[in-house]
Amino acid sequence: MLRCALHDNDFMTSEKQDELKALALRVREHIVRLSTDGGCFTGASLSCADLLVYLYADFLNVHPGNLTDPERDYLFLSKGHDVPALYGTFAELGFMPKERLANHLKSNDSIYWHPNRSVPGVEFHSGSLGHLPSVALGVALDARMRGQNQKVIVITGDGELNEGTCWEALLVASAHKVNNLTIVVDRNHFQANIATEDLIPLEPLAPKFEAFGAVVKRIDGHDFAALEAAFTALPFSQDKPSVIICDTVRGRGLPSIERRADRWFCNFSSDEVIELLKELHSQEATILTSETLTVR
Amino acid sequence: MNYEQLIHETALADERLLVMTAENRALIRNLPGPLGPRFIDTGITEQTMIGAAAGLALRGRVPVVHALATFLTLRAFEFIRTDVGIPHLPVKISAFVPGFLSDGNGPTHQAIEDVSLMRGIPGMTVFAPADEQDMLVMLPAIWASPDPAYLRVNTRPATYEHAPYEMGKAEIVAEGTDVTILTYGMLFEQTLIARDLLTEAGYSVGLVNLRSLKPLDEAAVLKVVKGGSLVVTVEDHFQTGGLYSILAELLLANELTAKVLPLALKERWYKPGLLSEVLEYEGFTGQHIARRIGERLGDGEHTFGAKTKVVENVFAE
Repeated sequence: MLRCALHDNDFMTSEKQDELKALALRVREHIVRLSTDGGCFTGASLSCADLLVYLYADFLNVHPGNLTDPERDYLFLSKGHDVPALYGTFAELGFMPKERLANHLKSNDSIYWHPNRSVPGVEFHSGSLGHLPSVALGVALDARMRGQNQKVIVITGDGELNEGTCWEALLVASAHKVNNLTIVVDRNHFQANIATEDLIPLEPLAPKFEAFGAVVKRIDGHDFAALEAAFTALPFSQDKPSVIICDTVRGRGLPSIERRADRWFCNFSSDEVIELLKELHSQEATILTSETLTVR
Repeated sequence: MNYEQLIHETALADERLLVMTAENRALIRNLPGPLGPRFIDTGITEQTMIGAAAGLALRGRVPVVHALATFLTLRAFEFIRTDVGIPHLPVKISAFVPGFLSDGNGPTHQAIEDVSLMRGIPGMTVFAPADEQDMLVMLPAIWASPDPAYLRVNTRPATYEHAPYEMGKAEIVAEGTDVTILTYGMLFEQTLIARDLLTEAGYSVGLVNLRSLKPLDEAAVLKVVKGGSLVVTVEDHFQTGGLYSILAELLLANELTAKVLPLALKERWYKPGLLSEVLEYEGFTGQHIARRIGERLGDGEHTFGAKTKVVENVFAE
């Protein structure tokens, strides 16, 4: 399993970045393979693949060996549509066998379009938007009450920020000075099928979070060095929650679907999947690993 | 002993217990100091409070959450269903001023579909004590249970010495052959009066305080039905989805039928006012309940004229 040194002070080496890129590429392969036989939220998942890979492979103290340890780090995927990226990451890092992905949408398993706790590593189910910031708040409050020092991270989508409870939870977290809670926004600039700025504009986003009492960093969510620089600086304040806005590209890795409003949910034919896998690898040919291109 | 003292005592003995409120401290005003970080006031945020309670329960806590019944069950409904119901977490929802107890507040505050909503969530338990004493005897079992729970808080002083509590068991106050009243919550007080008036008029009147709607004491209810008397359901709730519906479901499941008189709110919100005014206007004083049952029994002789004096609700904000 790939697990790099935690929190080293050196700027992320190019070797380490290559390792993470290779892992992210394999996660993207899983996402593409899940985009058939009923499909999945392909575009939404591709935007946060790098973020999830960085967090689980390199940053969070959570792995298959400590999933019930009360002092583990917690990650809550409030943006449930991204679960293919989570499945892919979990499969690659040994949280679950890769073969389990073949059960996607089959009644003999619980691998479907939103996260649920029957998948090891999923801390809480999601799907209905705007719920997990408050659930994560409860976990962060308890961790603090017990004097535990773990990180509690909740990933929201940018469209999800239309939900008022995201802001309500941040207000409460700020009031209670919950500094172990971090809200991460996968800012891929789309909400479902429409660009956020064309429907319910979010910008200026960082000042909004700051006005609600958080300390905010805004980074390129596909840049592993930037991710490391931001996450290893947590908490940004001793008495405030932290927010990391990750600017991302929906459909990242597949230029044919990148930034396309109609590629939120995809259900490709097997032939299309083969073409997309070729496209994916042509983008990252230099870091291809021994993984073979197969379509289930 | 009152509600606040009981929760204080229980929390001191069990560190899992947490007290949460969406800025409704009426019952728990003195707890912030003694409970320290285990008293969490999220401000006027019912949805976020329920979500945070789920997060705390995920970590092994038993959060007892406080807010007005209507905002918990309606505004936070999806959070209760999704964050508490789906993972079956032991969040204990203490719902303040349910049913007629919101007396003068108006329709925005009337939780009169709460039993219907809460019992519809798989695994959710629903409790409705007759008065403060009834509530205090049932709370230890509710808090100790691993199930999510909805409690219709009722701090009205007891007018009846209640039996010890057993989870899922109704309190059989009396058995009768002419009519049996099934009720829950604050109207128990008025049904006791109604029973006295009907008994004075010569009827054999049974009375059952159900205590919980879920779990339901099916055996007790079926015994009443099979006894053959008129069954009267009395509730400060919409007729749809509450006790009358529960009884109908039970009868159908057992291929039974019965003579049933539902006394409930039908297709409208109730007229706001002082509690005595509400009960008088809506026909739920002891006198009115007796009169309505008498009419159903075809009683042309008695007027059930003794006007019921209703002790006003003490509304602590």
